[in-house]
Amino acid sequence: MALSYLRSSSSRSANLLKPLSSGLSLRSPISTDTTPITVETSVPFTSHRCDAPSRSVETNPKELLTFFRDMALMRRMEIAADSLYKAKLIRGFCHLYDGQEAFAVGMEAAITKKDCIITAYRDHCTFMGRGGTLLEVFAELMGRQAGCSKGKGGSMHFYKKDSNFYGGHGIVGAQVPLGCGLAFAQKYSKDETVTFAMYGDGAANQGQLFEALNISALWDLPAILVCENNHYGMGTAEWRAAKSPAYYKRGDYVPGLKVDGMDALAVKQACKFAKEHALKSGPIILEMDTYRYHGHSMSDPGSTYRTRDEISGVRQERDPIERIRKLILSHDLASEKELKDIEKEVRKEVDDAITRAKESPMPEPSKLFTNVYAKGLGVESFGADRKEVRATLP
Amino acid sequence: MAAIFQGVGAAATLSSSPSNSFDSNNSFLSPPRSFSVGKGASFSVIRSGGILNLNSKGRRAQQLISNAVATKADSAAVSSSSKPGHELLLFEALQEGLEEEMDRDLRVCVMGEDVGHYGGSYKVTKGLAKKFGDLRVLDTPIAENSFTGMGIGAAMTGLRPVVEGMNMGFLLLAFNQISNNCGMLHYTSGGQFTIPIVIRGPGGVGRQLGAEHSQRLESYFQSIPGIQMVACSTPYNAKGLMKAAIRSENPVILFEHVLLYNLKERIPDEDYICNLEEAEMVRPGEHVTILTYSRMRYHVMQAAKTLVNKGYDPEVIDIRSLKPFDLYTIGNSVKKTHRVLIVEECMRTGGIGASLTAAITENFNDYLDAPIMCLSSQDVPTPYAGTLEEVTVVQPAQIVTAVEQLCR
Repeated sequence: MALSYLRSSSSRSANLLKPLSSGLSLRSPISTDTTPITVETSVPFTSHRCDAPSRSVETNPKELLTFFRDMALMRRMEIAADSLYKAKLIRGFCHLYDGQEAFAVGMEAAITKKDCIITAYRDHCTFMGRGGTLLEVFAELMGRQAGCSKGKGGSMHFYKKDSNFYGGHGIVGAQVPLGCGLAFAQKYSKDETVTFAMYGDGAANQGQLFEALNISALWDLPAILVCENNHYGMGTAEWRAAKSPAYYKRGDYVPGLKVDGMDALAVKQACKFAKEHALKSGPIILEMDTYRYHGHSMSDPGSTYRTRDEISGVRQERDPIERIRKLILSHDLASEKELKDIEKEVRKEVDDAITRAKESPMPEPSKLFTNVYAKGLGVESFGADRKEVRATLP
Repeated sequence: MAAIFQGVGAAATLSSSPSNSFDSNNSFLSPPRSFSVGKGASFSVIRSGGILNLNSKGRRAQQLISNAVATKADSAAVSSSSKPGHELLLFEALQEGLEEEMDRDLRVCVMGEDVGHYGGSYKVTKGLAKKFGDLRVLDTPIAENSFTGMGIGAAMTGLRPVVEGMNMGFLLLAFNQISNNCGMLHYTSGGQFTIPIVIRGPGGVGRQLGAEHSQRLESYFQSIPGIQMVACSTPYNAKGLMKAAIRSENPVILFEHVLLYNLKERIPDEDYICNLEEAEMVRPGEHVTILTYSRMRYHVMQAAKTLVNKGYDPEVIDIRSLKPFDLYTIGNSVKKTHRVLIVEECMRTGGIGASLTAAITENFNDYLDAPIMCLSSQDVPTPYAGTLEEVTVVQPAQIVTAVEQLCR
């Protein structure tokens, strides 16, 4: 397949360069190309008490292909999780992120691993974005030892301390004060890093959010509160839950920005802008207009409170992966076949990870008592029948 | 053990000029020597080297941390040599402990309502804001849920916040954060995060403060897995427990009592800490074991005077550690006396006494000559009227009657 080498966004010229790496590998050779390309976001940003950033985003072929690959990986991972859940290998709660992937990849493109992220229970893809592996994800979902929380956390409790991913929280809204605490620690240690505290449109009505926002604004903390507005708080549409669904304005004295959350490049631009703002002048709220294709969780079919037409409409018009695919094709950065090959590769990766995760054993019974306290207590813990089950907490 | 005494000089230096701002570049120049603190409101400022882990003092401090929850022998040794100590009130002891820890470790910070410029509603944090600055002693708005959450979030990154609830009862608003995040994060993250936070505040029945301000939360928090609870009762153990709690890697809830803040006692000059999981033997005896904590310790000691006159010899133990119980000390006592009376300020239903009764019955049933008696507060909201309030809590006369009944 002929490869195009692009200089600027305007020309769709067939500027053919001899393919240097020949047709050996199926991976796109342009994955290392960093020539800048400028793209316009789908819609302009709407701002509250601040100047919106420009609609033109700078990117490059490498980044776009990375976006494509990462989002395809996340999409495939979530769909595989869906099948695993239906096969009863994943139990309990499983909240899937497909449709919202653009935010996870766009945010990562704008920040470093030193910046902190904290989110709620829809955390599989955010964890992947922070450098988590598929094996850790599937093993944790199935409750195996190889999981990121050693099988003791589950779908809602993914954490990755070394890349500053603070989870993974089940109680709606409780992660936002934690996130402001992370921002406080960053300010305390003078790190010049920021914290992204993510929450949903359902959580936006929690009081603790406003409490935390007040404190962050008061103390000038580098906290960025991100409302991933997928328009439904479980089964309740946003217009039925919020008197004012303009979540980016809810901060009142805190500036806000509304972003098309299905456009990875808009997300990247907004996050970059937010990081600069937070380091200089304190908290800012980002509202990501996004959508989830699955229901709230696996026990929710997702169609009792919205029509199938709506879901397929969004999928056709606003799907994040399709948008990047169209961008790549229109700029001749890769061919259809190459993109399909990437998707096939990704699918294989996911299947391999699931196989390996299935081989990982369940945690040992003695692990029930580990990590209750940090080392050094040696107290006794009991089971339901206190004479029978008795262990010393290490 | 040696490490504790090594550290005795480590944290103590004398400096004449108080530093008014938080300067992370303070270097530790003068050699350590013991200090003495004046009575009342003025304290010598203790300046210490700030850079963590980079100097020998830091290494000694690290050694101290690893032994912080270890031995009992030290408290005995220290208290016997403490004649030349200094006298202070319980809230001053708490303040001293907090200040020493803040000097010692730059990661310690305080957050709460009116802890900074106002000096703390019970003066426990008085003077700290001026010394350490606004970033280390934080005045929060009235938002318990979120500032407790923020403390926990900060603790996840390695800071060591001390969160003050102006009254323990207000922490009910933060129950979600304390139970789900504080207690559980170490477990659900597979050990990745530790939460070295201290949550403290005054609770208990005061002088006609009304129902909502006289709550005893130890019974609500006791089932939360992953936290430790301690209750202080004297200036000596207040300072020791405060320091140990700050140094502990686990989340610790430190229960103080509104009526005990003005107790005076002579405490040692040297650096010392109290073991978080240990109970305190207040008065050894032979006839009956009386287990108590916090303010009830004083009612028990008052009753003990009457009991001694009547010929009884009660053994009084201040359990101090509410979670986990020090079943070692308690068990030895039960094996000696064979009778147990629990005196607590908690409610009867689901209180600390109830759990303690269950724990003792399961472990030491064979050693008991009589059923365990538990005297607790009445299961009512604390009334305002003084006479009614008195009847809500356990009084010394009731303790005397109970012991007589038990020892029949």
